[in-house]
Amino acid sequence: MSHDAPPDTQLAARPQRPAWAVLGERALEALIRLSGMSAIFFVAAIFFFVLREAAPILVRDEFSLVQFLFSTEWYPTSASNVRYGTFALTVGTLSVTALAMLLAVPFGLGAAVYLSEFCAPRVRETLKITIELLSAIPSVVWGFVGLTVMSRLIVTTTGAPVGVNVLNGGIILALMSVPVIVSIGEDALKAVPDSYREAGLALGATRWQLVYRVLLPAARNGLLAAVLLGVGRAVGETMAVLMATGHAVHIPGSLLDSVRTLTANIAAELGEAPAGSDHYRVLFLTGTLLFLITFAVNLTADFVVRGIRRR
Amino acid sequence: MALAPAPSTGRFARTSHVARKELAQAVAKGVFGAMAAAMVLPLLLIVGYLVWLAWPSLALEFVLDVPRRGMTDGGIWPAFVGTLYLVGLSLVVSTPIGVLAAVYLNEYARDNWFNRVVHLAVINLAGVPSIVHALFGLGAFVYAARFGYSILSAALTLAIMTLPVIIASTREALASVPMAFREACWNVGATRWQTIQAVVLPNSISGILTGVILQVSRAAGETAPVMFTGAVFFKVVERGDLFPYALKDQCMALSMHLYTLATQVPNVKESLPYATAVVLLGSVLLVNASAIALRVFLRGRKRW
Repeated sequence: MSHDAPPDTQLAARPQRPAWAVLGERALEALIRLSGMSAIFFVAAIFFFVLREAAPILVRDEFSLVQFLFSTEWYPTSASNVRYGTFALTVGTLSVTALAMLLAVPFGLGAAVYLSEFCAPRVRETLKITIELLSAIPSVVWGFVGLTVMSRLIVTTTGAPVGVNVLNGGIILALMSVPVIVSIGEDALKAVPDSYREAGLALGATRWQLVYRVLLPAARNGLLAAVLLGVGRAVGETMAVLMATGHAVHIPGSLLDSVRTLTANIAAELGEAPAGSDHYRVLFLTGTLLFLITFAVNLTADFVVRGIRRR
Repeated sequence: MALAPAPSTGRFARTSHVARKELAQAVAKGVFGAMAAAMVLPLLLIVGYLVWLAWPSLALEFVLDVPRRGMTDGGIWPAFVGTLYLVGLSLVVSTPIGVLAAVYLNEYARDNWFNRVVHLAVINLAGVPSIVHALFGLGAFVYAARFGYSILSAALTLAIMTLPVIIASTREALASVPMAFREACWNVGATRWQTIQAVVLPNSISGILTGVILQVSRAAGETAPVMFTGAVFFKVVERGDLFPYALKDQCMALSMHLYTLATQVPNVKESLPYATAVVLLGSVLLVNASAIALRVFLRGRKRW
């Protein structure tokens, strides 16, 4: 769209807008462009500032990146034997996320299929509102629920010594990531053209046959993206896992072991690490790692979604 | 030679194959329905259980009073006001940027590689973990910009964190204005911005408002980003004082207060953390419900 006025040779008498109005509009449009680009700027700034605080530790001789990634020894405040190995934390994140996905993916995709294919419009509206409210519950409230209600429930039903563990965190995270999976999954199913459904119905297929023979294969990429975004949400979640998974930095042997995740570790220790200390910098390095993980997950999800659009 | 009518056991009869097919359909519907219902249940159970345990403390007095006896008794006023400050300030920063960014993405951007990058950046900004936002706020605002641990740092961190919410919902609102409206406006000689200002924004303002409301609820519930940038465990505030904080002060926040009560303070009155959780959850759900109600109301009134 060009904003240049046509050459005004014949229409000299046509009223012109005052110069300030034209200039003002130009300035405003520049501002709009700038705001549009702000997201790029902010993502870059987040990476830059988090890495900037972490960077000095990377060049230290005592620090080894291999140890940071693959050692299970995390003794940040030990007097004689300081170790910064995050492997146990990574396993903690993975175990809680995996359990959460094991619960949330079937339920989330099932609910998405129900919403988009099986239920009446009124029921759909009600369910969508409920899911929206479910996704609005703050993570600290989920954490509180895990710490009190869920932990008591787990202690009484399984007889575990402590109620804050992998199982607790997994259930809470599943409840938190289900709304993402449902809403993105439903969008993916909605994006399948109606002509596919009509063709199936005309051949005498039931709704269920339609779902598993036509819609699930057709919406495969979108559903995969929904799952990936759920994973992204679960990996990045902080307060809920901080309160619901307990505080043991070790590789869990069972569902009823306490663990600590990468995110919870930062939240738990950042307050005690003096600014500029090695401990502080290692926590920022963990943050950089988390940023890169979620960045990769979100990027993959977007490419997967774009795959279906192009087809 | 007239055709005899088809016998009733013809090809449209209910064969066992059809019966099996319909059974599978009924089972699938039931299973998926149960899965959907399994999501409604936790919401009701959680809210119900929390309210039940919070009941002894729930009163207006609880919101207006200050914490007493080493935070083991009393109310939540300083935290409540602190959250209002943080949310208000973060809105002031992020709403204009977010709305203008959405205007750019929906009205100006063309489908080229650069805008693809912008789009990816918005998605990634939404996906950055809240604790990483906290680290960013600490590194950028508290230390690099020298704002210190303050309401300002915390609100700016929150603003960047909630930016994708307002961008996404504003974009949706703008996209719902029919293209013909814009074309009509261009045809009478209006420039792109005049069209946006006179036609697009007035027709989408309510959708934008819904987005702002959603942003309020998101910002109010966040804990990690404010925990390390400006929120503190305790701050002395007069009971019912509306303006207790200055921009460079530290403040209490409702979400962090809940975390503190639940994990850091020993011997808290039993119902106190539950009541705090109910006030936080109640405010957030109320704000969200009003956004939903507004949306439903406006959709009913829509003329195109």
